[in-house]
Amino acid sequence: MVPLSYYLVLSAILFACGVTGFLIKRNIITIFMSIELMLNGVNLSFVAFAAQWHALSGQVFVFFVMVVAAAEAAVGLAIIIAIYRARETLNVDQLNLLKL
Amino acid sequence: MTPNLNLWLIPVLPLAGAAINGFFGKKSSRTAVTTIALVFCGAAFAWASVAAARFWPGDVPYQEFLAHWIRSGTFSADFAFYLDRLSLIMMLVVTGVGFLIHIYSVGYMWDDPSYYRFFCYLNLFMFFMLTLVLANNYLVMFIGWEGVGLASYLLIGFWFTKDSAAAAGKKAFIVNRIGDFGFLIGLFLLIQHFGTLNFGQVFDSVTKLPPGASTETLLTTIGILLMVGACGKSAQIPLYVWLPDAMEGPTPVSALIHAATMVTAGVYMVSRSHLIFERAPIALTVVAIIGTITAFFAATIGIAQTDIKKVLAYSTVSQLGYMFMACGVGAFSAGIFHLMTHAFFKGLLFLGAGSVIHAVGGEQDMRKMGGLRSYIPWTTLTMGIATLAIAGIPPFAGFWSKDEILYKAYQANWIYWAIGVFTAFLTSFYMFRLLFMTFAGDYRGTKVDEHGHASHTHGHAEHGHGEPHESPWVMLGPLVVLAFLSTVGGFVGLGNRFDHFLGPVFGSEFGARIAEGSSANELLLMAVSVLFALAGAVIAYILYVSKPYLPGNIAESLGGFYRAVFNKYYVDELYAKVFVNPLVKGSTRILWQGLDRKVIDNTVNDAAYGAREVSDEVRHMQSGNLRSYAGWIAAGAAVLIAYMVWQGVGR
Repeated sequence: MVPLSYYLVLSAILFACGVTGFLIKRNIITIFMSIELMLNGVNLSFVAFAAQWHALSGQVFVFFVMVVAAAEAAVGLAIIIAIYRARETLNVDQLNLLKL
Repeated sequence: MTPNLNLWLIPVLPLAGAAINGFFGKKSSRTAVTTIALVFCGAAFAWASVAAARFWPGDVPYQEFLAHWIRSGTFSADFAFYLDRLSLIMMLVVTGVGFLIHIYSVGYMWDDPSYYRFFCYLNLFMFFMLTLVLANNYLVMFIGWEGVGLASYLLIGFWFTKDSAAAAGKKAFIVNRIGDFGFLIGLFLLIQHFGTLNFGQVFDSVTKLPPGASTETLLTTIGILLMVGACGKSAQIPLYVWLPDAMEGPTPVSALIHAATMVTAGVYMVSRSHLIFERAPIALTVVAIIGTITAFFAATIGIAQTDIKKVLAYSTVSQLGYMFMACGVGAFSAGIFHLMTHAFFKGLLFLGAGSVIHAVGGEQDMRKMGGLRSYIPWTTLTMGIATLAIAGIPPFAGFWSKDEILYKAYQANWIYWAIGVFTAFLTSFYMFRLLFMTFAGDYRGTKVDEHGHASHTHGHAEHGHGEPHESPWVMLGPLVVLAFLSTVGGFVGLGNRFDHFLGPVFGSEFGARIAEGSSANELLLMAVSVLFALAGAVIAYILYVSKPYLPGNIAESLGGFYRAVFNKYYVDELYAKVFVNPLVKGSTRILWQGLDRKVIDNTVNDAAYGAREVSDEVRHMQSGNLRSYAGWIAAGAAVLIAYMVWQGVGR
């Protein structure tokens, strides 16, 4: 039996990777993937706790997160395509029309 | 059981007329406007007459409940009407004289571009005045009270493009506010001590109050406050200043509102509250003194005025003083009697003056009139009757009512009587002066040759004014009716009949005392006052007909005193200096420049300015850099989580 802490450390590493990727990458698609990474890091801690405490609600929650993530991916990719068509770039630093 | 009189119809009919003319009058023809105004006003008069006939003999007051209005705890005020012999007289005078003046106005105002607006206001006035008169509690009366003030304001400023008219309207409104303030506080005191404003309940409680100093103090306070209200509405010292200025309005308005009806509302209110005043001797004395002084004071000003309407205005103030004198000595029925006859002859005088002004093409200065009797015989005749009536020459109406007041004033205190008789002399003098200056002698105005007068049948505005011309019959008709009433109106008072008629309203306490007076004494007093009135007439004749050079000499020899009288004792200037200017300056410097500009405006401006400054700094956070936003979110989340871990939230 792998101890709970292993899972939690891996989960934290995944989440930190996601945050780092989000912060340093300029390409929207990479940023998008970083978000997915963060979500999955959280999912991992959910299922780890669910297994540890024998509580199914954690697993159920993961399904919800995955459903939302799927929906988000559909919408997000559509937006990215629209942005690319309009601006011909995916560099977030150039997508700053709202800046003062 | 009295039949249902449907009193509510009486005020509501003119209101309907006002609404129809107000909403649709602009687009309708003059004939349509006239029809609406006259039909609704006439219907009010007709229904008032029917109600009066069905109410007869009317010794038991009739009440009519319409709707609940205010219910708050134990206090309640309803829309309800009340008819007794006092309000019966008022109702008939208001609708009757009002209807006559409506008819007259058709002729007088025909050429005015705002014809419909005039009749809308006039009908509106009738509504409020009838509400005032028929109310069964002080609150409904107060609606009418304020409403007639509004109508008066609108009608004084009817020609609002003229600065003086607009200013006069404002003056009337503001001076009346001062009086209404007193009235309102009086009403609050009534609510505080009796918990009701219903006439019946208030007077019941008042009569049941135990005698004693505290009762008297309370009732005196209330009485004086009510009198302050009456002073404003009825133009008594010190609040009379608005009435002479109110002559800026069209002459029918002066006749209806500022002579016959609205200004008598104060007398009506004091008479209605007579049970309060009878238990407050000091308040009653105040009423009598104010009335007496006003009667005398205004009469002296009236002597030196040259504007025909101003003379009548001061005369109205003076006659209202008589009415208050009567109320003050407890002779309320005499006051109401004079109110009624005054409505006839003063209404007639104003309408006659309007006819004169119409005849000479808008001129109001009597020095430019004269000799009009041959041009406008009917006006001359009716004005002559009215002058005889107001001067107190028997057997015209004014004689009977004025004599009644003077007789009762004599019984209370001979000083009132002495001043009253001297005022009667002044009244007679200035009225005959008006009559002689206007109608006797030769025409002093400018005559333009009579081009095109026949083709322009109406309107002195368009035709270059020709010979003075008689008014159309639509104007003369009301004059004749009022002249008839001024002649015979006094006979209802023969043998104290008027007194007895109002007995159920005013009780017997004062009536009984008055009945004891010896008739020989009464005849003597009567003779004295008639002699004084005749003396006034004769002196006026000498000064203005047989020796017209004399008045100038007298005025010159009197010098400063004459100038003071001519300028109305500089009361307006005094008020301007003592009250108006300090208020204007205080408002300008402290309230406007100080409070409004510096405190309120600056607070608002600084708040906006501060918000802009802060935003100017904070907006740099909005960099547009997506990753910096994410960084801030991550940092914030890290701080929050660290805090939660450190605090041990959820443990």
